[in-house]
Amino acid sequence: MSALSVSYAILFYLATAILVGGLFYKIRQYWRTPAPLKIATTPAPVTQTGVVLRMAREVVLFASLFKSNKWIWIFGWMFHVALLLILLRHFRYFVDNTSLIWFWVPLIQPFGKYAAFAMLAGLGGLWARRVLVDRVRYISSPSDHLILALLLSIAGSGLLMKFVSHTDIVAVKAFFSGLMTFSFQPLPNDPILLVHLGLVATLMIIFPVSKLLHAPGMFFSPTRNQIDNPREKRHLAPWAAELEAEKAK
Amino acid sequence: MADFEVPELKETLEIPKYVDGAMAHSSPYIAKAEFQEDLGFPGELVENWQQVALDKMTDLRTRYRSFQVFLDICVKCGACTDKCHYYIGTSDPKNMPVARQDLLRKVYRRYFTFAGKYFPKLVGAVDLTKDVLDEWYSYYHQCSQCRRCSVFCPYGIDTAEISMAAREILDSVGVGQKYCNEILGKVFKIGNNLGLPQPALADTLEGLEEEVEDDTGVPVKFPLDQKGAEILLVTPSADFFAEPHVDGLIGYAKVFHEAGASWTMSSYASEAGNFGMFIGSYETMQRAALRIRKAAIDLGVKRIVFGECGHAWRVAYAFLNTLAGPFDFLDPRYPVPQHICEYTYDLIQQGKLKFDKSENDHMTLTFHDSCNVARATRMGDKPGGQLDIPRAVIKAVCNNYVDMPVDTIGESTFCCGGGGGLLTDDLMEIRVKGALPRMQALKTATDEGGVTHMAAICAICKSQFTKVIPYYGFTMDQIVSVHQLVSEAIILTGAPGDDEPDSDNEDSSDNE
Ligand code: SF4
Ligand code: SF4
Repeated sequence: MSALSVSYAILFYLATAILVGGLFYKIRQYWRTPAPLKIATTPAPVTQTGVVLRMAREVVLFASLFKSNKWIWIFGWMFHVALLLILLRHFRYFVDNTSLIWFWVPLIQPFGKYAAFAMLAGLGGLWARRVLVDRVRYISSPSDHLILALLLSIAGSGLLMKFVSHTDIVAVKAFFSGLMTFSFQPLPNDPILLVHLGLVATLMIIFPVSKLLHAPGMFFSPTRNQIDNPREKRHLAPWAAELEAEKAK
Repeated sequence: MADFEVPELKETLEIPKYVDGAMAHSSPYIAKAEFQEDLGFPGELVENWQQVALDKMTDLRTRYRSFQVFLDICVKCGACTDKCHYYIGTSDPKNMPVARQDLLRKVYRRYFTFAGKYFPKLVGAVDLTKDVLDEWYSYYHQCSQCRRCSVFCPYGIDTAEISMAAREILDSVGVGQKYCNEILGKVFKIGNNLGLPQPALADTLEGLEEEVEDDTGVPVKFPLDQKGAEILLVTPSADFFAEPHVDGLIGYAKVFHEAGASWTMSSYASEAGNFGMFIGSYETMQRAALRIRKAAIDLGVKRIVFGECGHAWRVAYAFLNTLAGPFDFLDPRYPVPQHICEYTYDLIQQGKLKFDKSENDHMTLTFHDSCNVARATRMGDKPGGQLDIPRAVIKAVCNNYVDMPVDTIGESTFCCGGGGGLLTDDLMEIRVKGALPRMQALKTATDEGGVTHMAAICAICKSQFTKVIPYYGFTMDQIVSVHQLVSEAIILTGAPGDDEPDSDNEDSSDNE
């Protein structure tokens, strides 16, 4: 195996460890931090089922964003849906095509293939707003632009491999299957592929230390995930209960 | 009239281009040492304030999930940037909700995140300097904690939560706001925000009894500290004398009278508003809330009803059970607490109140949804009852009602501009400018719907509007209390000219 293949193998192990470990740490932090007061943004659901539906509307349809700004909604939603399709498409590199769960992977391929264009368009639209709308430009840090650049480059390099300069995807699959089974296989020495994979690893690494935390974090947003029932049911955080117990002494 | 430029009302609401530093000069007076210390905060800026502030930030991050999550997950999408009335009214970019959060977030990132520690420039992280602290003091007192931004954020990020946390950090280093902290001092010493002691209160209520009897010929009572009453009414102290608040109080009294209810107010808990929320302090808020619990126990009441007050209703509806519960000693058939609008609405549903709606015919009403009622509470059992029930009450007592444009009411309502601890003269400029979107909507309703009066159910809204509305060419008396409308239209049993001879209040409903 070439030094290149070895370093990419190490890179992906590292990136995966950081992604999983970092997310685990942040999710545990969110989970453990209590929400001492009922602060659902009302009108809010009064049942658990209602909350699940509210959350689903937010996650699947970006309901609040839709209310808020149609441009951001259309670009943002387009980008996220495309990203999902593309991620699903990439399962073909990780799922064994003789396995039971393979059946849906070929079905998703055509969608994933063209979703890349939607992803480019969505990201382009978001970036254009970041530059052109004075208010959004004001609130943007360099990192906000860089993340867009990163995602665009990932999409762009992927598209190049699909439509312009094909890479040996059988070998790529062998490489990743090898990583998962610890039976290492070489990675094709193809510059576009190496750029694509390098950027993806970068994205995985910055995920738990950047605003990309919105993905797990939004599920913990008390204004959206609380049931509106403060009068019916007494809500008490552990630290507030301690405070109360101390006072009662 | 003002030493600043009052925004102009146009045809429609315009989102301005930003003007850097437009409101950088706005800062409320700082609380004196004695008021700070009464609340358990340092009297003045402590020497090692940076460390104290950072420690407080850590403390809050571990106690409030909202704070930790909101600091992390904003993606700077910009969806909230045009949603704050203070941005729309002032053009200051730091009044955009996300930019307001960023004032704190940039310090959080610098000290508590990997990216901010090692690549501060990249993520806009900065050191906590005195300038940053001053900026916090200025801009976190240009937020009325109205939650409009939270409605429109894809993750529900509520800048109000960040503002509350920021004010708590400021208090913890010794830089408190005079207005809020002095008022809290009065609540703890005397029982209400205005500092009205028991004798003055008793006097005022007696005066009201006389006034109403002169006016209607019916002896409507305004009981105070009456042990064994069934209902404890807790109302904002502005209701005791200021216009149009007091007309609302008269309305509640008439409703209780017609229902034949036994009720009382308490001089010990003679304040519904809880400024502890504005300064973000759980402990202070709890201390104020416990006064209501104590009053309920001491007076032996069975129910608690809150008067018209927006932020008060938030603390009452959403937090009271948490802060001062459980209320298992009260009548379990009723929610604890209830809003006076819920109370009146129920009676209307049961046909227990009779109205002559024509008494309000000289007005065409619209209704201002108070921010905290609309976006932080509920009335009745159904989501949205907080929007429907007050309107239903108004429509039951008035013939002419028109809503303001739909994107300015309901959950999208614009704050009056004076909420969240900003209702003080030293913040007049931000108050006037922040009222712009509401004034614009009122103008539209006036031009297109012939609206003459705007009803509200919040002491802060009413005080704020009566003060700022003249800047926009309206007049003070266009602001009315919802229960003032009830008061005008209600037919009191036994009033001269009432054709039913029945004088027993309890039976009045049977005549319908
Ligand atoms: S809408 Fe929410 S996520 Fe978007 S910039 Fe505002 S606070 Fe951040
Ligand atoms: S809570 Fe209200 S006042 Fe504060 S930033 Fe959000 S919209 Fe503006």
